[in-house]
Amino acid sequence: MDKAKTKKQYNSNTILLFITIALFIVLYAGGCVAYGSKGFTHFQTFLNILITNAGLICVTCGMTCVMLTGGIDISVGALIAMDCMLLAVGMKNGMGAVPMIIIILLIGAVFGIFQGFLVGYLEIQPFIVSMAGMFFCRGMTAVICTDQVSITQEISPTFYAWANAKIVLPFGGYTNNKGKYMAPYVRPAVIVALLVLVVIFILLRYTKFGRSLYAVGGSEQSAAMMGLNVKMIKMKAYMLSSFLCSIGGICYCLNTMAGSVSQATGLEMDAISSAVIGGTLLTGGVGNVIGSFFGVLINGTISSIVKTNGKLASSWPNILTAMLLFIFIVIQSIFAAIRERKKA
Amino acid sequence: MSKKSNSKIYWNKLKNWPLLLPVIALILVMAVNIIHDAAIGENPLSFFMISLRNTTTSGTILYGRIIDIINRGSEVAILAIGMTLVVSASAGTDISVGSVMSLCASFMCMMLAGYGVSSTTTLAMPLAIGLLCAVVMGIVCGAFNGTLVAHLKIQPMVATLILYSAARAIGLLLCNDLIVYVRNPSFAYFGAFTGPIPTPIIITAICIIIVSLVLKKTALGMYIQSVGINARASRIAGLNSRLLIFLAYTLCGLFAAIAGIVASSRITSADSNNIGLYLEMDAILSVALGGNSLGGGKFNLAGSIIGAYTIQAITTTLYALGVSTNQAPVFKAIIVILIVVIEAPPFKAFVRKFNASRAAAREV
Repeated sequence: MDKAKTKKQYNSNTILLFITIALFIVLYAGGCVAYGSKGFTHFQTFLNILITNAGLICVTCGMTCVMLTGGIDISVGALIAMDCMLLAVGMKNGMGAVPMIIIILLIGAVFGIFQGFLVGYLEIQPFIVSMAGMFFCRGMTAVICTDQVSITQEISPTFYAWANAKIVLPFGGYTNNKGKYMAPYVRPAVIVALLVLVVIFILLRYTKFGRSLYAVGGSEQSAAMMGLNVKMIKMKAYMLSSFLCSIGGICYCLNTMAGSVSQATGLEMDAISSAVIGGTLLTGGVGNVIGSFFGVLINGTISSIVKTNGKLASSWPNILTAMLLFIFIVIQSIFAAIRERKKA
Repeated sequence: MSKKSNSKIYWNKLKNWPLLLPVIALILVMAVNIIHDAAIGENPLSFFMISLRNTTTSGTILYGRIIDIINRGSEVAILAIGMTLVVSASAGTDISVGSVMSLCASFMCMMLAGYGVSSTTTLAMPLAIGLLCAVVMGIVCGAFNGTLVAHLKIQPMVATLILYSAARAIGLLLCNDLIVYVRNPSFAYFGAFTGPIPTPIIITAICIIIVSLVLKKTALGMYIQSVGINARASRIAGLNSRLLIFLAYTLCGLFAAIAGIVASSRITSADSNNIGLYLEMDAILSVALGGNSLGGGKFNLAGSIIGAYTIQAITTTLYALGVSTNQAPVFKAIIVILIVVIEAPPFKAFVRKFNASRAAAREV
């Protein structure tokens, strides 16, 4: 009896994950069928989705951790803008790439600790705290510099080399119409993002901290009664989110090679919708990063399809993502209602 | 002795006055203005000066910094009315209001100018139909949010996240990715002047008066508060709590539409990318600044409205001090954090404990 019950619980969550993966496959296959002539079928198209969304993958991993505790962090987009601006201005003023990256990671961690303290220890609503964080970062970006600063080869040869390094994969290439073999490649940022994904997956599944995130999200009271330090765990979750966001910011910067005030606006919403589409419950306690990863891929596929089409208005990716978000939220609430009825 | 206890009673009364926080903030802002004016050698009281001026475009108008603040703060004040109801009924915030504003403005201008037209001076259809379209669109958006929150029991922030990202995009789609200009005096009226008074001020005043009359004369306000305090208990007591939450979101959508009309009439165009940008944050902030708990329940409409004008005063003051538009959010963030930390229960408990231990030390 008991075993059957846990199995069912497990099932309704895996169904969501399967729906997500199936949706990605359907979307991608649809893209391949519709735009096969424009090169959508090449393996490189898939890798390009990874390259453009490397930063978003890191951010979504952090967002998933925060959402597991039942919170939310909408400061990530602004934090990325601040990171990019700091990187650009810092390197322009003669700092090396490595020290700047260390500084940015430190800033991310400290910023996260501050947000986590307000949420965990002062029990302020996460939305309000991270909204203030968003204002702060966006404003600080403008305080650092109001113009767009690009990172060129003269400013930092190391950073430039990282951004343009190609890691060639030994398989999946094709011969183009001039008869030249095009080897598929990824950028270093993708490797970083995938590493982050694996580390967070292991962290959430096999470590004490990871499991306690689920416990806090499931029921804060029970977690406290089990002897977990709920406040500390919440604070660590926000710290992790901002830290991963800073890593994501560096990946993002490797892609855009510039810092500007209006960079990465709305990225927080992409991260949240990716996590939700990936099956993370906003009430906390359910979700994993594999689902979130597929959520990012779905977002990426949609914008890639719209870009390949070339005729659709630029606002379509937003509308489609919002529609998907709507569908998944409704599915989640139906599952939740079914679960509640079973309990009763 | 009796005098001392009297003053203590007043002090306690003042401490529990719900408008204390917004009024203190407003006084601080005025003080900063006065000091700044004195420092740069102007008349220290120029902040409060109101005068009549003749302009070539709109005749004799009221002129002054306070008038400007009240005028510019109209949109936030209108949004704050709806936001107060939403926060009170559902203990959540509607983050889609800024986007809905933009959608309503785009829809209205699209209807007035015709699809695909980017600039026009003649209206394609009567102004009233355009306004009606905007209002209906706002109500539909509000009802969508309300259904998700009240009937599907989705967290308010998440439910409104859908329209937050979609509404602006739909607006862009309706306008065919263009900025639609409707350069018609009858349309521009809502952002211009009625006699010497700016029309947005009048529209805001009408909204505030109607809502406060409804809340005073009917039990609606009490119902909404009771749903916010305990939805289940209110249902058992015979209130339709779902309907009330739904109503709060629909009203919020309606006020977003009105704010959208004002904002787009002010610039006689529908700029989907910029109308209402970050205004949802200002609206939430004004509710919090007005001494309302973001955890739902009791609300204070007057507080929210004073909060809204305080925020506008802060913004205007920051610009007067030479802070650029992009840098202003830093100060707003610091103010938000200060307010919520002061309001946070653990912080209050800490202060109480600290005061008690000091009092104990004094007695010893």
